[in-house]
Amino acid sequence: MATEESTANVKRVQVKRFKPEEYPEKHYLNQETGLWAWMTTVDHKKIGLMYLMSVAFFFFIGGMLALLIRTELLTPARTFMDADVYNQVFTLHGAIMIFFFLIPSVPAALGNFILPLQLGAKDVAFPRLNLASFYIYVIGALFTITAIFTGGVDTGWTFYTPYSATTGGSVMMMTLGVFILGFSSILTGLNFIVTIHKLRSPGITWNRLPLNLWGLYATSIIQILATPVLAITLLLLTMERALGIGIFDPALGGDPVLYQHFFWFYSHPAVYIMIVPGFGIISEVISTFSRKVIFGYWAIALSSLAIAFIGFLVWGHHMFTAGQSSLASMVFSFLTFLVGIPTGIKIFNWLATMYRGSIDMKTPMLYAMVFLFLFTIGGFTGIMLGALAVDIHLHDTYYVVAHFHYVMMGGMVMAFLAGLHYWWPKMFGKMYSEFWAKISCGLVFIGFNMTFLPQFIMGAQGMPRRYFNYIDQFQSFHQFSTMGAYVMGIGFFIMAGYLLHSLMKGKRATANPWGSRALEWQTSSPAPLHNFEHTPVIINGPYDYHKPMSEFQLGIATSHNGHHGNEHVSHTESKTEQV
Amino acid sequence: MSETSVVEEKKSHLLHHFVDSDQQFEASKMGMWVFLVTEILFFGGLFAAYIVYRAWYPDLYLQASEELDTFWGAVNTAVLIGSSLTVAMAIRSAQLNQIKGLIINLYITIGLAFTFMVIKYFEYAHKFEKGILPGSYYNYEGIAHEKANIFFSIYYMMTGLHGIHVLIGIGLMIWLVVKAKKNVLHSGYYTPVEITGLYWHLVDVIWIFLFPLLYLID
Amino acid sequence: MNKLSEFMLPPAKSTLAAETDALFNFINVTSLILLIGITIAIVFFSWKYRRRSENDVTPVITHNSKLEITWSVIPLILVIIVFGWGLSGYVNLTTVPDDAYEIRVVGKSWLWEFHYETGHVSVNELHVPVDRPVKLIMSSDDVIHSFYIPDFRIKRDVLPNRYSSVWFEATETGESVIFCTEYCGMAHSDMLATTIVHEQDEFETWLETAGSADDNLSPVELGEQLVTRNACTTCHSVDGSRLQGPSFQALWGSERVFEDAENVTADENYIRESILEPQAKIVESYDPVMPPYAGTLDDRQIDAIIEYIKTLE
Repeated sequence: MATEESTANVKRVQVKRFKPEEYPEKHYLNQETGLWAWMTTVDHKKIGLMYLMSVAFFFFIGGMLALLIRTELLTPARTFMDADVYNQVFTLHGAIMIFFFLIPSVPAALGNFILPLQLGAKDVAFPRLNLASFYIYVIGALFTITAIFTGGVDTGWTFYTPYSATTGGSVMMMTLGVFILGFSSILTGLNFIVTIHKLRSPGITWNRLPLNLWGLYATSIIQILATPVLAITLLLLTMERALGIGIFDPALGGDPVLYQHFFWFYSHPAVYIMIVPGFGIISEVISTFSRKVIFGYWAIALSSLAIAFIGFLVWGHHMFTAGQSSLASMVFSFLTFLVGIPTGIKIFNWLATMYRGSIDMKTPMLYAMVFLFLFTIGGFTGIMLGALAVDIHLHDTYYVVAHFHYVMMGGMVMAFLAGLHYWWPKMFGKMYSEFWAKISCGLVFIGFNMTFLPQFIMGAQGMPRRYFNYIDQFQSFHQFSTMGAYVMGIGFFIMAGYLLHSLMKGKRATANPWGSRALEWQTSSPAPLHNFEHTPVIINGPYDYHKPMSEFQLGIATSHNGHHGNEHVSHTESKTEQV
Repeated sequence: MSETSVVEEKKSHLLHHFVDSDQQFEASKMGMWVFLVTEILFFGGLFAAYIVYRAWYPDLYLQASEELDTFWGAVNTAVLIGSSLTVAMAIRSAQLNQIKGLIINLYITIGLAFTFMVIKYFEYAHKFEKGILPGSYYNYEGIAHEKANIFFSIYYMMTGLHGIHVLIGIGLMIWLVVKAKKNVLHSGYYTPVEITGLYWHLVDVIWIFLFPLLYLID
Repeated sequence: MNKLSEFMLPPAKSTLAAETDALFNFINVTSLILLIGITIAIVFFSWKYRRRSENDVTPVITHNSKLEITWSVIPLILVIIVFGWGLSGYVNLTTVPDDAYEIRVVGKSWLWEFHYETGHVSVNELHVPVDRPVKLIMSSDDVIHSFYIPDFRIKRDVLPNRYSSVWFEATETGESVIFCTEYCGMAHSDMLATTIVHEQDEFETWLETAGSADDNLSPVELGEQLVTRNACTTCHSVDGSRLQGPSFQALWGSERVFEDAENVTADENYIRESILEPQAKIVESYDPVMPPYAGTLDDRQIDAIIEYIKTLE
């Protein structure tokens, strides 16, 4: 171990080009097969797929609940369900969509799959923790499903006290379910932060990190800081019901507005957990399908962090009529406007990326365009709600319902669908029918606007939320809205159809069907079990379309694909040595 | 000889997605630090509730705090600080490949943690006898304040949640003892000891905040 | 543009409604202009820059400082304007004029009680004078409710452990709906009330004679009016259908079976107790959700209700 050896230890590594194998025989889906292999996998790709199946399932359930709500609202009084059933249905629709679909969808389903690939890593930092976080999600889901069948919950997904502390039903079961689920979110965020910091391939400096990863990074920061506060809030609510600890229930000496502060301290950043990963996807898709370098890389990257930071300071805009001080309302309103600015900057940057690009309107790009339009509407209506005087009129009306569906569904779900359709070939090695995908997109777009545009008008006219009965003047709006929901539903069924068809009989995909420069496309479709058969070396930014494709396929050969020799043999050897 | 075997043992703990042991160790430490941040936010909610109610009812806090046994609280503080010292010594032992020392220090830490829980048990039992129970079970007449139940609800939530974390720490350290006895831990690989130590230090720090805020305000 | 806002909003019937509406209009218009611009960009760029060949070369444009500053600063200025405008409207909405006429409001699941300075209590009807500031001092007897009059553009949560207040000045006579707009359980969407705006002198007259119109009614007629006015029929039907509470039809003289008390026959005492202390006996399979009417209905009114119920077979 002398100096001679240390100079001799400076190795020269050979950087070569590694073209991805087309139509590989072996890949992550057909290696390690069988139910047990899947249930005990630590492969981030398989875990991502298990999450994907779960969130798709919950989106379906949540969607069915939505159709039930909209069908009931066809007539002003009872249509086919009683008020207490209706109240449980809208509670479940919100809780399932938010906690079991939106929060995990991009980070846990798509993010788990793509993050290591985009970093050139072989997996996330803690693969076993990753699997654990999936099972925690499942356990949380089981608690919630149990709640549905053992008394139901009719508090609204927001669980405001004192109603939630005193009403009957299985509130504790559901709060415990969401409490458990929160840990899944926290552990995913933890994993991503460490992976992005520690497992980047040579050459991936912070200024060459794909914007998708900047998005996931900012999201992970929010997840680890905000979710624990939800956890303690739900724990306190559970204890309130179980032991009557009394900090939120005025009958026991507590304060119900304190509950609201606690709850929204998480739940506002939660909406950024939902949308910021979507922003990341949009950057990838727009750049790839415009085949042009992203405009304003640092502006987009840092705006995600700005949104994450400011997003923690605006929770009181949910409480302008609740009884907080005027000063607090003022500050929250101001910061709410501020958080809209970085978001607006992103929209302009994306449009500028398209300018003079070479645009191929494939399905992922079509969803990105739909996102730009619908999310902008959601954003502007958010500005409307941030204005104090106007919010007094609009709070707790259908205007708010329409606003958050425009940002959550028109924004987040469209971005998720863009990502799903973008990375589908990488996940499954198959293509889907562009024709049916575009039809479905069109139906979803039309149905969505039919459902939610009238709700802005209803809300501004005074229609309150969470109403089972309503006054006659709103009936035509409700009926139009319900028709839209069914059109959307048809669009989603068609989507399920062509995606299933793709899995079974789709055309095989090439390694890089979109001609992207991003790293995940420089390996085969479906991805290999260990992602890359070499260590990727990055010399360009992820959106440098002016550089030739070959420069994005460089790497260093690794022996044993990263495994370090026969571990078990050396272990036994060392044991005998010790004896 | 021994160097080679250490190097090879090192490799046996290396997971395939890490380039080398250092990267794995650094990643594990970072992961634990991130987790500790989440724990701070988790307890933070309770501290926020404490602050809010203390701002509203300062007299209540002064009065109610007198029911807490400052002496035994201080003993517990010393016990926990001591256990942080011994867990740090356990890490040092592992770094120096002194497995016996590692196991002994872990046992002492477990012993101290256990002592903490025993003292807590007696504190709680004494309170329960007087009728100072959490939530709507509170029926103690000794404090002339209508919100007395709230102070104790917060007390039980904070110390209860902390106690659960102490129990988890004890479990982790027993697991470390088992691993150490199986020769899994050594100077080339002591990550579990390092990150358990980090966790334990946080449990200690949280108590160092709880103690004065609950016990020392009278 | 104005037409859109007018269509979207209810008639403006308070002094401050116009201010709120003006800001609403401004944001609508500005947003629409920006949205149209963005949409044109999306559609135009998608068409004009469509891919011509797989060998298309795109320019390397990574930033443009002038453009970026412009599209950061202009939105910032716009939101600051909106913030300031919203703030000033909010200050007006929350600054109660000194001479406001005070009415006490109690929200309870699921009705609104209005207590006037004369001691009169009306249920689900808020009577106010036109062209005079009115301050509502509100509290809840149970969970959080929210008091909302869309025509006046006012809203405030109604809390169980403290008073909250809201004020308005109605600018025309007529009726406006009041909604509960914080979810409060089963009949949340039935918790409606009506604001009745009188001419000033009419209001004085109403206040003086409130309740006395009932003097000329027979007990049964009075009872029939009372069960509607006091929101009994929100939860108790008169035709046998099952709502939140048992139907009044065939109630009189029937055998009542309870969750945790011995059976009784429905007589005067039982009905009186059910009105004043509804939680004392809960009929099997129903929830204990009825608010007490002690302090709301006097003995004469209770008698009238009993007489009315006797007629429902």
